Amino acid sequence: MRFKKAIRYIIGKLIKLAVLLLAVSILSFILVSNSPVDPIQSYIGADMTRVSPEQRQSIAEYWGLHEPPVQRFLHWGKNLLQGDMGTSLIYRSPVSSIIAERFVASLALMSLAWVLSGLFGFLLGIIAGMKEGTWIDKIIKGYCFTLASTPAFWLGLVLLILFSVWLGWLPIGLSTPAGILADEVSLLERIRHLILPVLTLSIVGVPHIALHTRQKLIEVLNSEYVRFAKAKGELGFTLLWNHGLRNISLPAISVHFASFGELFGGAVLAEQVFSYPGLGQAVVQAGLSGDVPLLLGIALCSTIFVFIGNSIADILYKAIDPRMRRGDL
Amino acid sequence: MGRITWNLRQRTLGMIIFSLLLLLGMIVTGIVIGDDKLAINPDAMNQEPSLDHLFGTDWLGRDMLARTLKGLALSFFVGLLAASSSAMIALTFTLIASWNRALDRIVTWLIDLFLSVPHLVLLLLISFAIGGGFKGVVIGLALTHWPSLTRILRAEMLQVKTAHYVHLSKQLGKTPIWIARRHILPHLLPQLFIGFLLLFPHAILHEAAISFLGFGLPAEQPSIGIILSESMRYLSTGKWWLAVFPGLSLLLMVLLFDTLGQHIRKWVDPFHGQKGV
Repeated sequence: MRFKKAIRYIIGKLIKLAVLLLAVSILSFILVSNSPVDPIQSYIGADMTRVSPEQRQSIAEYWGLHEPPVQRFLHWGKNLLQGDMGTSLIYRSPVSSIIAERFVASLALMSLAWVLSGLFGFLLGIIAGMKEGTWIDKIIKGYCFTLASTPAFWLGLVLLILFSVWLGWLPIGLSTPAGILADEVSLLERIRHLILPVLTLSIVGVPHIALHTRQKLIEVLNSEYVRFAKAKGELGFTLLWNHGLRNISLPAISVHFASFGELFGGAVLAEQVFSYPGLGQAVVQAGLSGDVPLLLGIALCSTIFVFIGNSIADILYKAIDPRMRRGDL
Repeated sequence: MGRITWNLRQRTLGMIIFSLLLLLGMIVTGIVIGDDKLAINPDAMNQEPSLDHLFGTDWLGRDMLARTLKGLALSFFVGLLAASSSAMIALTFTLIASWNRALDRIVTWLIDLFLSVPHLVLLLLISFAIGGGFKGVVIGLALTHWPSLTRILRAEMLQVKTAHYVHLSKQLGKTPIWIARRHILPHLLPQLFIGFLLLFPHAILHEAAISFLGFGLPAEQPSIGIILSESMRYLSTGKWWLAVFPGLSLLLMVLLFDTLGQHIRKWVDPFHGQKGV
């Protein structure tokens, strides 16, 4: 019975994903094909004057630009279903291989930052919640509100000034030092280039989870069973361990999983500031130079990424709370 | 002399007035500052912050304080346009969703669709579709900020719809439009206003981010995003003031708007205001 339910749930989720991807691809295709940015012009760049109208025509024909949008969409969709996402105009190689390569770099950045911000946020939230109303709570709350209003890219710039320009501890940009072949870069160098982007992204991710944890913990601490436990003489850490943690940790993890969208947005900015060669930098490049296939590919990929995060959050909610399970699984 | 103690309501009101005045000050000075202050001044290039130039000057000798204030005023107008259109979209969708089940489903699906693409990527796509510039940013921000507000308004609307007087109206044969206008809309207005205020900081931050990435406002506009992206070229030579102060001012403005929104919510709706963080 349970097995059947799970299967039905998974199939439902997959159908949802398929519909979502279809909608997102139509939406982004409409957006992209209406753009006044001329792909041929951005492809050729400054040499535009040297290209004759006939050559232009042949490029347009080669890319299938003369076809009506609906036909182009069907064509693109058919290739997409066969696993061919087209060829990137700026990197001159298949979109799927660029995305795969860049996604690994971004994933390293995002997963590290995700774990770190989760841990710190959770910890700060617990401290603030346990000491509700005291000056520690006020400091943590103020810190979180300030951080929530901080532009992520500006924080990156400040960290860059502090650690790279003034202190000179860390490199200024790029994920590898200049003048060395990509294969010869040592792991240590890679890590050195990863520190600042990860730091930026972690700091930006803290407030949301910290404020959420704080709120939940305060709710738990005001409950009847905690009052009873206090009456029995439980205090401080034991109280938290026995009654608090279990109730707040899983919701916090769910909320953290549901924040993949913001994580991705933050990564785009952090990668741009530190010229870290990840997916975020690629999407900015693609947008600036009118690289439509890459732009569409990354839009779809990031949608899947967010969907996975939301689905995990959803499943966790159901696993924690029987009331939600009864509802609609 | 006894210490003056204020109750929570007075303190909330005090914070509202305080942040409102500061914001007004920032925006008005930004508008008043003439273009002559932004003029290129070869005698004062790359100066560190001093009493003459509190925020320093850039590589063309322009006063960074004047540029920053101009940029903040610009951010405010972009935010105002975007947040108000977003709020309007949210209200329209909520009222549409109040019509019947099927329309409600469609609206919910649209919300989910827009929330499923990372916000920044969607902004980037829309801005790309429109071709960047002022129009691109405003339309992009307006089209991406409504989902969260629509969710809040829809929840409120569903609550109102279950009320007895709404049922009574329905049984008396009132049309859905009449119910939407007379019963639902008045209940949504306070939420809409607060939602609009709380959209502001988001819109301003996203405007700066998208301009920073190069999709937003054109480079000749003194927007904070542009100032910061220009400053990146000069950071490695130690010109820290080009980035630190403009960003800090933006942070202050966003923080003030957030405080204003939160406190007004607390003030109009004490029950929810004190429960929320």
